[in-house]
Parts: sequence; C-alpha cells; structure tokens
Amino acid sequence: MIFDLLEQLPPGVQDAMGQATLGLINGAFYALLSLGLAVIFGLLNIINFTHGAQFMMGAFVAWMLLNWAGIGYWPALIIAPLLVGLSGVIIERLMIRHLYKLDHLYGLLLTFGLALVIEGVFRNQFGSSGLPYQVPEALRGASDLGFMFLPNYRIWIAVAALGVCIATWVVIEKTKLGAYLRAATERPELVQAFGVNVPRMITLTYGAGVALAALAGVLAAPVYSVNPSMGANFIITVFAVVVIGGMGSIMGSIVTGFSMGLIEGLTRVIYPPGSAVVIFVVMVIVLLTRPSGLFGKA
Amino acid sequence: MMLHRRGLMKAAGLAAATPVLPAAIRPARAQATTLKIGVLNDQSGLYRDLTGQTSVAAVRQAIVDSGVTARGISVEVVSADHQNKPDVGVTVSRQWIDRDGVDVIVDVPTSSVALAVNTVVREKNKVFLNSTAATADLTGPQCSPNTIHWTYDTWMLANSTGGAMVKAGGDTWFFITADYAFGHALERDTANFVRNAGGRVLGQVRTPFPGTTDFSSFLQQAQSSRAKVIGLANAGGDTINSIKQAAEFGVTRRGAKLGGLLVFITDVHALGLATAQGIVLTETFYWDLNDRTRALTQRINAQGNTGIYPAMSHAGCYSAVLHYLKAAADMGAAQAKASGVEAVNRMKAMPTDDDAFGPGSIRQDGRKLHPAYLFEVKAPGESKGPWDYYKLLGTTPADQAFRPLADGQCPLVRS
Repeated sequence: MIFDLLEQLPPGVQDAMGQATLGLINGAFYALLSLGLAVIFGLLNIINFTHGAQFMMGAFVAWMLLNWAGIGYWPALIIAPLLVGLSGVIIERLMIRHLYKLDHLYGLLLTFGLALVIEGVFRNQFGSSGLPYQVPEALRGASDLGFMFLPNYRIWIAVAALGVCIATWVVIEKTKLGAYLRAATERPELVQAFGVNVPRMITLTYGAGVALAALAGVLAAPVYSVNPSMGANFIITVFAVVVIGGMGSIMGSIVTGFSMGLIEGLTRVIYPPGSAVVIFVVMVIVLLTRPSGLFGKA
Repeated sequence: MMLHRRGLMKAAGLAAATPVLPAAIRPARAQATTLKIGVLNDQSGLYRDLTGQTSVAAVRQAIVDSGVTARGISVEVVSADHQNKPDVGVTVSRQWIDRDGVDVIVDVPTSSVALAVNTVVREKNKVFLNSTAATADLTGPQCSPNTIHWTYDTWMLANSTGGAMVKAGGDTWFFITADYAFGHALERDTANFVRNAGGRVLGQVRTPFPGTTDFSSFLQQAQSSRAKVIGLANAGGDTINSIKQAAEFGVTRRGAKLGGLLVFITDVHALGLATAQGIVLTETFYWDLNDRTRALTQRINAQGNTGIYPAMSHAGCYSAVLHYLKAAADMGAAQAKASGVEAVNRMKAMPTDDDAFGPGSIRQDGRKLHPAYLFEVKAPGESKGPWDYYKLLGTTPADQAFRPLADGQCPLVRS
C-alpha cells in the first residue's frame, strides 16, 4: 500500500529516491569493505592494501566452488571467506608479522606488492574479461517499490552487509573477546602477561578482516563482472571512505560507507562525470578541517 | 680391385644427395633485411582479452602465412602494454621507432591512444596499422598517409547495429557513454544515424572511464527517460558490467531494448549465453563463419594457445600484417623500411584477400573495406560447442558498410 502512495510522487522525486536507494546499496559494499580495513588498521596498525585483491579472491573462490566443486552460492558465503581468511592468516604469519615494529609505510608497500602479484596471477590464469556468475535462484526477480523496481538481490546485499557490520561492531565493542583485542592493541606486553596469546589473536584478527573482504566479494560476484581488477576499482574509493571515517573507528567506517554511497549516488544524477571524484573531494575537505576523520580519535 | 655395383650405387647416391658447389659458382646472397613489427595493445586491463597476447599470436601467424622469410626478408615481432594511457602509448611508440628500429605499429585499442600514436607515426614516417581502435576520426579529420584503419569503426557500428535496431522500431534512444574519445565518437555517430532515420535521442549519461563497475544508477536514469533503446556506447569490461546489470534490473522485461553497440565474442564468453542471449551485435569476423575462417582460427589457436578464440580485433591484426608483408615483398623490403608513406601507398594499390575477411580493398583515406556481419547471440540450448555463440542475421556488403569517402572530411581526399 505504501508503495502505491510512493508511485504517486512526481517523477523527479521518484528518480531521486531511486538513485538514493541505489547509492545506499553501494554504500553497503563500501561499509563492508572499509570495515575490514578499519578492523585491520585499528587493531593491527597495518594499512592492508591487499584488501582489494582479497575481495577479488572471495568472488573468484565463489566461482571456483560453483564450477569446480558444484557448491552453490549459499554455502559459498561461508566457505569462501573461510578459505580466503586462511590465506590471510598464512600471509600474516609469513610476512606481515615482521613489520609490526616498523613504520606504517612498510606494511603498505608489502601489501601493495602482494596485491599486484595476486592480481597478476589471477589475470594470467583467468584473463581480464571476467567469468559469469548467476544470481542465486531464490533471489532472482525484482520488487516494485512504487518509485523504482529494485532487484531482490540488491535488497539482500544491503541487508546482509548491514547485518555483518552491526555484528562485527557488537563483537568488538561489546564482548570480552573484543575487549581483549582492543587491550592487546594498546598494551600487548601487559595483556600477554595476563596469559592471553596475543600473537595468535592478532593473526586471527587479520584473518577475520580478510574474511570480511572475501564475504563482500561473494556478495559482489553475481552483480559485478568477476575479473581480476574488480578489487582495484573499489579499493581506492574504500581507502578514501576509511580516511573520512577515521582510520581506527569501526562505527566511523560503517556510517561513512553508507553516507558516501548515498552522496555518490546523488552525484550520479546531478553531474555523472563527477561521481568518481566526489568522494575524494569530501576526503580533502575532511582532512583539511578534521584530520583524524569524522569519528576518529585525534 | 673390383668395383662392386652396390658400392658404386651407394657412392653415387651419396654424391647426388650432397650438393656441392665450388665456391666460385655460389651466388652472392644479399644481406637479409629485417622488418620489425611492434604490437602495442592492452596486456593487463579491460581490453586485454580482445587484444593482448592473442593479437601477437595472430601477427606471428600472418608472418608464417606470408612466406616472406623464405624470400630473404626476416621479420621480428615485439610487443608492449600501453595500459590504455595515451602518454604511455606515445612513449613506447617513440622509443620503438627511435631506439629499436620498429617499422610498423599494429593493433592499438583505445581510441585516445590510437589518435596519439597516429600523430607520432606520421611525424616519423613509419606505418600504423590500427586494428582495434574504434573512432572513425582515424579516417576522417585525423586521417594520415601513414595510417590504415583496419577491422571496423564507430560509423560502421552505428550503421549496422544502430540501423538494424531503428528498423526494428527503436526510434527513441538513451546513451550510456564511456567518457573518453571512443565513447563520444560512437555516441555521436549512432545519434546522427538515429536522427537521420527519423528517431530522437532522449538523453545521455557519461560514465567515468576507466574504473566504473556499477552501472545500476546510469541504467536507472536510462529507464526513467522511457527510451525504447538504451545504447551502450562503451566496450570491454564496461559493456559486460552494463549488460549483466541491465539483466539484473530487468531492463528488457520492461520493454526497452539493449543496444550493444560494440560487443566482441570475448565479451559474450565472459557474460555466458544465459545473460547474453538475444543481443544483436556487429563484427566483421566470426571464427565459425566459413571454411577459411575456421582454418585460420585453428592456426591462430595453435600459434598462441591463449584459450581465447580470435575476435575481429585479432583477425584484423592478422590481415593487416599479412597485407603489409605482401606489399613489402612486392616493393622491396629496404624501400618499405625507408618510407612509411610509400609502403602504405603500395598497400592501398594492391587488393587484399585473406582467410580472415576474404577479398577487400583499402581506400584513399586509409579505410580498409570488407563486409560487416550482423549477428545475434544464441540461446544456451542452441549452442553446440565451445565458442559457438552467434547466428548470422544479415550481411552489409563492403561498399555500403563504411562511411562514404566524401563525408569524412579527410584532408587527403580531394573533393
């Protein structure tokens, strides 16, 4: 019934509402990806440039599970993040842990190089045009919201991303495990003295951040072309989102992700060629006025 | 000593089998001239599959098929990645020509790079055989005596695909355009065509290039305009994402048609037939079109082993290099090396015929002429094997497929 009412609104308003909805859904992706980055930076002090490549790996693992093992979308939502998270754990153990005591830049360089290598390997194997991945049966079709037809799958993306973001925030801010994690970041020696295995916790945290990226990848596979550079296209924007939100703030990255998606969506109506740039304009303004980010601790 | 007959026969056989010429009679061998061909394309970005290493394989096959090595001309092939950036393309071209002695630059997708390389090659008097860039300006205001535009261009696409859709009732259009030289050219040529056929263009939206992955917002704007046809003035990864997301948003279910103005077989492969079925597109080469194309495809696949069946872009590289080598053998390799303009003039004077495009010719403004084929993508049930994707809807003969010579505003054409 409310949808019938919405259909009565003037066309211009309907268009704007449609674009705002699409923008919010894109924002869900930004929120999920920047959440993983914020977790890794906030708790480990590592600028994880490999995040985009790990997002891409999530989508590719979902494709591989479907085409090589017959495992469909729903199990892949769990299995792909686990597998890619495992690869993250291995990377952390072998390479990243040696950099904790050094300047941030070394972590950035290492993860950036890893991203290039991973992308290159996948491109060599799978080409650049991408691979087909269908929307799962249960989520096909679209719903008439009155002001627009919204594909059911996009609604699922928004709901799933929001759910995961809130769950992650709750774990980190409201549970004992989260408290240990936050304490370990500030005083690792002290926490270790209390008998908590800090190195293992850090490794698993990195793996969890990577798993979040891979989950975003599985969510993206049916709607975006599954190709090796899909992560590279996202990662720069996601970094801007994290910087705007405040590098260590979990809630900041969630709220900023959704709002930047909204702003980008509205720019696409008002001035489409500027839609790629508007988030960076916001970032510049934020850095000039509040350098630690909107929600960051100074 | 008795000469056994068997021994004598053996000795005679050996003598006959070993040609021995006294040094005085051995003919003097001229120093073999080396022609150097540079394949400049996208090896790592969104156009990698429709050019990349498969183009290099096509060029190598053309060298083999030309038979010039046996006639004393040796040919070397180098390749490089221009990353779809004009400044990289220009730097590599200059370096190739000035430092490495490259005579011919082949392929070059991405219209902005092609236009830049066009200028460099003209300045240095070498040869530019462009197979994959789309802008019809290469034989229009930017035409050059050193350049031949092979394979296809935006005018041909507008004429063939655009024309077919307008005839089928699509008289209102909305364009989703990649915001650079190619997208603008394709949109302009198709819009002209639509207006001349009595249709209307309701609007357009320019999408940032490269890097746009989500077209949902632009498709939404296209749907709001209520246009009967949504024209996709983009290529490669952009087209794949647009089509995939158009299917997701049910664009065609609400009555609008999707005009894929530039779609290659590699894009259809990436989309899968379930999503791509029914799309109408134009290519000038299809691997399964006839016996000649099938045989050529087998040779190129064996040469390159990239797993990618040749699209028209790769076929263009093959055909262009084959014809260049024919011309070079005809006029003498040293003369071909010395002047790009002379080599191109010789290529224009000779009719072409190859397994890729069949018989064709090259026009005064540098436009290569051959038939254009309108295809429709098969449904999954209709496909009988790997890469069996197209059914032929119609053919535009070579003399009607491309923009008339007088309309191009090419300075080389005396009006």
